[in-house]
Amino acid sequence: MPINYYITLALCLFAIGVVGVLTRRNAIIVFMCIELMLNAVNLLLVAFSKMHHLTKGAAATAGSDGQLFVFFIMVVAAAEVSVGLAIIVMMYRNVHSININFLNRLKH
Amino acid sequence: MNNVLDIVYWIPLLPLLGCIINGLGRKSLSKGAVGFIGSGVILASFILSLWVFFQVRGGNVHTAEYFPFINVGNLKIPFAFQIDQLSAIWLLIITGIGFLIHVYSTSYMHDEKPEHFGRYFAYLNLFVFSMLLLVMGANFVIMFIGWEGVGLCSYLLIGFWFKKKEYSKAANKAFIMNRVGDLAFLIALFILISKLGTTTFSEIFTPASLAKLSAKEISAITLLLFIGATGKSAQIPLYTWLPDAMAGPTPVSALIHAATMVTAGIYMIARANLLFSMAPSTLNIIAIIGIATALLAATIALKQNDIKKVLAYSTVSQLGYMFLALGSGAYVAAVFHVMTHAFFKALLFLGSGSVIHAMGGEQDMRKMGGLSKYMKITNLTFLLGCLAIAGIPGFSGFFSKDEILAGAFAKSPVLYALGLLGALLTAFYMFRLYATTFKGSFRGTHEQEHHLHESPAAITIPLIILAILSVVGGFVGVPEFMAHGAHALSDFLHPIFKDSYALLPVHEADHSTEWGLAGLSSVLIIVTVIIAWTRFSKKPDLEPASGLGKVLENKWYVDELYDTVIVKPLNKLGSFLGNVVDKRIVDGAVNGVGRLVRYGSRQLRWVQSGQTGSYILMMVLGMVLVFVVQFFLRK
Amino acid sequence: MIALLLILVPLVSGLATFLIKKEEQVRTWSLLAAIITFIIAILGVAVYTTNWTFRADWMGLLNSSFSLKGDGMGIMLCLLTALCYPVIFLSTWTTAYKKVNNFFGLMLLAQAGLMGVFLAMDALLFYFFWELALIPVYFICSQWGGEKRIAVTFKFFIYTFIGSLLMLVGILYVYSHTPGHSFDIEAFYKSGLSMKEQTWLFWLFFIAFAVKMPIFPFHTWQPDTYQQSPTAATMVLSALMVKMGVLGLLRWLLPVFPIASYLNGDTISLLAVTGIIYASLIAMRQDDMKRLVAYSSIAHIGLMCAAVFAEDKSALQGTMIQMFSHGINILGMWMVVAIIERKFGTVKISALGGIAQKAPALTFFFVIIAFANIALPLTNAFIGEFLMFKGILGSKVSQNGIWIMAAAGVGIILGAVYTLRMGRKVFFGETNTLTEKGTDIAFHEKALLIIIIGAILIVGIYPQPFLNAVDQTSQSILKNSDVLPMLMKQKH
Repeated sequence: MPINYYITLALCLFAIGVVGVLTRRNAIIVFMCIELMLNAVNLLLVAFSKMHHLTKGAAATAGSDGQLFVFFIMVVAAAEVSVGLAIIVMMYRNVHSININFLNRLKH
Repeated sequence: MNNVLDIVYWIPLLPLLGCIINGLGRKSLSKGAVGFIGSGVILASFILSLWVFFQVRGGNVHTAEYFPFINVGNLKIPFAFQIDQLSAIWLLIITGIGFLIHVYSTSYMHDEKPEHFGRYFAYLNLFVFSMLLLVMGANFVIMFIGWEGVGLCSYLLIGFWFKKKEYSKAANKAFIMNRVGDLAFLIALFILISKLGTTTFSEIFTPASLAKLSAKEISAITLLLFIGATGKSAQIPLYTWLPDAMAGPTPVSALIHAATMVTAGIYMIARANLLFSMAPSTLNIIAIIGIATALLAATIALKQNDIKKVLAYSTVSQLGYMFLALGSGAYVAAVFHVMTHAFFKALLFLGSGSVIHAMGGEQDMRKMGGLSKYMKITNLTFLLGCLAIAGIPGFSGFFSKDEILAGAFAKSPVLYALGLLGALLTAFYMFRLYATTFKGSFRGTHEQEHHLHESPAAITIPLIILAILSVVGGFVGVPEFMAHGAHALSDFLHPIFKDSYALLPVHEADHSTEWGLAGLSSVLIIVTVIIAWTRFSKKPDLEPASGLGKVLENKWYVDELYDTVIVKPLNKLGSFLGNVVDKRIVDGAVNGVGRLVRYGSRQLRWVQSGQTGSYILMMVLGMVLVFVVQFFLRK
Repeated sequence: MIALLLILVPLVSGLATFLIKKEEQVRTWSLLAAIITFIIAILGVAVYTTNWTFRADWMGLLNSSFSLKGDGMGIMLCLLTALCYPVIFLSTWTTAYKKVNNFFGLMLLAQAGLMGVFLAMDALLFYFFWELALIPVYFICSQWGGEKRIAVTFKFFIYTFIGSLLMLVGILYVYSHTPGHSFDIEAFYKSGLSMKEQTWLFWLFFIAFAVKMPIFPFHTWQPDTYQQSPTAATMVLSALMVKMGVLGLLRWLLPVFPIASYLNGDTISLLAVTGIIYASLIAMRQDDMKRLVAYSSIAHIGLMCAAVFAEDKSALQGTMIQMFSHGINILGMWMVVAIIERKFGTVKISALGGIAQKAPALTFFFVIIAFANIALPLTNAFIGEFLMFKGILGSKVSQNGIWIMAAAGVGIILGAVYTLRMGRKVFFGETNTLTEKGTDIAFHEKALLIIIIGAILIVGIYPQPFLNAVDQTSQSILKNSDVLPMLMKQKH
């Protein structure tokens, strides 16, 4: 399959993620959209990694660093989820809402 | 101690010591002691000066270096004195007349509190010290020290009665106007330094060194020096401080006007005569300013009613004559007139002081009259002084003024005619003064009349001595056409001016012309004196002046003119700069920058709304921007 | 060793002062420290004349060393500082301060900073001391100042701090261009910057110094600060701190950026001369003695600045003498003003009058200081002004010497106008209800003023030793800032 398909799909996912983050007020959905963006990037990384690996005359390990990044991103994302969800839970306890517009209270 | 020239530094040192002793001891010393010390040091200086005078008669020049004052690079300015014929004459005038004024002051100032009495004598001694420094300096810098020093002392003495606001105003005016002239003097001095690298007279006034200067530079230097002289010697346009300087005690007026300060300008030009002789255009300007001042001041003196003011304007006018002489190249005549003027002007001022003393402080002539009955000696000596200043033949003023007029005639008959007119005005206002004060009937209050008395000996003896000098003083300078070789002063001063004579064009008028001129002026002056005498002894002018008289009484409104043209605009400008430019514009710009930062940050605050959504939007926009820049705009 | 001691003694005693609790002890201790510093300075001038160099490692990695050296100018300014401090302490002896230990501690720290600035021969060290001198004064003004102290101090601080930062940028830039990357002053002199670099670096340094002096139009912090600060701080600021700026010009600007100094000389002189006339005119109309003295100081410093850029030997010597003289004269002026403020509770010229009748001795001292302020011959200021004028007129780098001189001369006339006006309105005339009950000054005040008068007259009558002391310094500054070889080099 040509690489263009992967890129287009990733772009679409990323764009959906961006729009979601910008338009939605529900903290959980915003969070999910962020995950979507991260995964769009992951998809791209894997796709390019594979592409490099298949290039003629490439070394046996070519493209493996891209897949390595993906693992890193997934680990960081998992950590982020655990902290982020905890924040959202705390927020819900305090204001009984998970609307992110309430977060501007921080400045007071 | 074979030679007095080796101890010549005592001449200025003694008055300085007197100043210090009187100044420090003004509370502990008795008035007698203060007066004795104050006068004694001047007498000692006078004796030394006399001795010096006889030492330099043969054409000796003595210079003595004491310590290096300012040595930087190639410029060496030592603290040094130069004694020659010119300074010897001035030494005699300063210490001689100064001594008489000190003696006079012991009586005149006797009513002052002891500490003020001591302060007065300290200032007086300091004044003499500064003046001595001025005439003894061997270079322009030492001269300038004295030059500014007399300015300081005049400030102190004019403002002596500092309780009166007007007096300290007059003191400030005197000092500041002098400062204007001093600045010109300084600039001339710096040009000299930058061209010749020295300020020492004996090094500057040599043909070799003057040859280094271009004609333009010489004109500039001489003009600037002359502006300096107009400040100190009260010429147009810087003369208005002198009449105001009458605020000081009367003996001080005598000291400033007769013996010291005002003759400093004449001395300086006479000292630099070689330089001036090389600048004919400057000499023309000096002659014109001189005669203009002489006439302007004489016309003002016609209508003054304050006895001291008349004398003050008369001084300005006589100084104008001296500058006329300098401008005509008749240097000896200028020095001669300085000398005779010192005699009779000191006499007149001290005489007026005696009158004021008797009148209990009254200075308005309209309230005097008929004083000859009460004050015999003052009357007689004052009359002799008036005759001398008017230039009646045989009196000292006649010889010196005649020599000036002869010099002016040689330069231009117009100058002569104007000079003669000035002389007639002089005779007129002096006898208006004399007749109004001493003749007619007494017009003051009954109480004043009761107090009228002749002054004590400490006042009358100086008057008598000065009167004698005023009468016979002219015989040191009998003109060539009257008696051959009788001009002792000219011979004495010959070494000073001999280089200039070679430069200046000689117009020797023949003797018959000179006889004619002298005769003409004498006749006219005598007629004027008689007219003034008869008119004012019968009917003194007591009415308020009108028309031209009012203009004259108000001194041609020159003070008002200066006030509107210079003083007020400067004050306005100062206020404007201080209140508007400094506060609003300069400081405003500074505060404006601060305000701009505050305003900017207040606007930027809205960006930090706390809305997570807007932060994210901005983040995305930022990313897009970076993307666009990275891929599309970069080449 | 002398150089090090002059910094260490005030520094250590200043730090120790913070710890002392009793007020009397604080005052005695700090006075003692100031006197010891003075004695060290005197010893340094009279006996250990060769001991003015000190060098130690400081920040070896940056090639910056703790290098102190007293040249003629530095020694003279150290002497001035050392002389002024005891006089300042004594003349404000009776002033009450809250937290007196902090006040005196900061004063002594500022002294250490000043000494350091005058002696530092390493750019980083110079900058360090520059700030060390500034920051204590900032605290003093904001803690012990008048009503508007916070706003005024803030302005003062921002002004000087921006200047300092610009200078720091400049120092770092020059540092990175010196051969072998060194902060040493000799390395700075040999930096060999191009004409373009010099031009903008010149302004970075100049603004820092101009703010400190101050030069028109960077002066507006000064009258406010002088008016609001406690008198002791004003004395330090005006008598000593402004000299930091002039010294900066002479030691760190002219020789480091010779080409730019040459090119900008006339511009700066124009600024300076404008400042002279401008400040003098404003001084004529001030009703507050403190502001009047502040503006008069701006005028005097303007002349020094113009003289520096004449790049003439006698002008430089004159400037150095004048730095000393100006310090003495303005200190005397402040002492008189402080005495008047203490006696009558005001320094408004219009509210005073006739003091001469009540306090003849004070008047006597004032008159002498006033005439020194307007440079009467035989006072110290005459020597400086005479040489500066001579140098400006004889300047080889400027064609406009005569105009600069004439304009500055107008400032001299105006100087007489405002100084005498103040004297007339404050001291002469009739007394009013306020001044009626005035008394004359006490013996110790007389003694202090006699020190000032003595310094005025000694320098005025026999200036030669002082001129000799700065002869070498001015020579070497001129040698380093000689622009001709540099211009030749730039061409190739």
